[in-house]
Amino acid sequence: MEDKLVIGGHSFNSRFILGSGKFSLEMTEKVIKNGGVEMATLALRRANVGGSENILDYMPEGITLLPNTSGARNADEAVRIARLARAVGCGDFVKIEVVHDSRYLLPDNYETVKATEILAKEGFIVMPYMYPDLNAARDMVNAGAAAVMPLAAPIGSNKGLSTRDFIKILVDEIDVPIIVDAGIGRPSQACEAMEMGVDAIMANTAVATASDVGLMASAFRLAIEAGRKAYLAGLGRVLEYKAEASSPLTGFLRD
Amino acid sequence: MLLNGERVRLDKEQSLYDFLRGLDYNIDRIAVELNYEIIPREKFREVVLTEADVMEVVTFMGGG
Repeated sequence: MEDKLVIGGHSFNSRFILGSGKFSLEMTEKVIKNGGVEMATLALRRANVGGSENILDYMPEGITLLPNTSGARNADEAVRIARLARAVGCGDFVKIEVVHDSRYLLPDNYETVKATEILAKEGFIVMPYMYPDLNAARDMVNAGAAAVMPLAAPIGSNKGLSTRDFIKILVDEIDVPIIVDAGIGRPSQACEAMEMGVDAIMANTAVATASDVGLMASAFRLAIEAGRKAYLAGLGRVLEYKAEASSPLTGFLRD
Repeated sequence: MLLNGERVRLDKEQSLYDFLRGLDYNIDRIAVELNYEIIPREKFREVVLTEADVMEVVTFMGGG
């Protein structure tokens, strides 16, 4: 049976979304290839000089680009960035990111809902980065979000699944894909999130700050695939106390 | 005029397209906002710049 990730009517075989920051441009293609990545985020910035190298020239053919609205401090700024990103001409996907807290870089769910509503109406495929709150996630879905992207831990921290229990609530209650974004630091943490039933993992810093980024991209790919298979297989049950032998206790030594 | 927050002199009356090419921008890699309005790429040749314009030229970079 095919197991595809479907976001806004587009289907993907890969469940590893790569954040493209912090890599040398030359490494981008290798990381994407090793990670089996089919979707990668980008940020928008002022183009102050012409003729310089551009990350789009390093993106392999066929990759789906997910521009983010990084730098936006409110819904209006996110909308402005999203429209500009679309005008560059790389599709309708957008990852909404509204942050006005410079210490913890936590997303503002309220402003994010507002931006989601505006952009979804304009035909964007909206993927909001969010603090994992069930009510906010429901509002985002009602506003037209094609997926929600709850954080595992603060951006760039590599601290892992700090918000595990709240992400699980989203998995249980929200019908659009749940993509854990921000804070995943190790493949084992990505695997654990996938085992819980999240639909995909986005990672950037965990790969970019590894000693061997190409090898770490492969490690994430395997971990995400393993977690997905484990989820589909249905995890074995846990005994809270006592034990249960895995080998039959024939007892012939005592007969 | 203002280009990405910096004051720039327009030497002569020129189209947005010629201005951008003069600065060696790769037209296919950028988006332009002129006076807070996005200008579609197809219109770059039609738009004529003035000294009062406020322009943003943006492109993509790596980012999560």
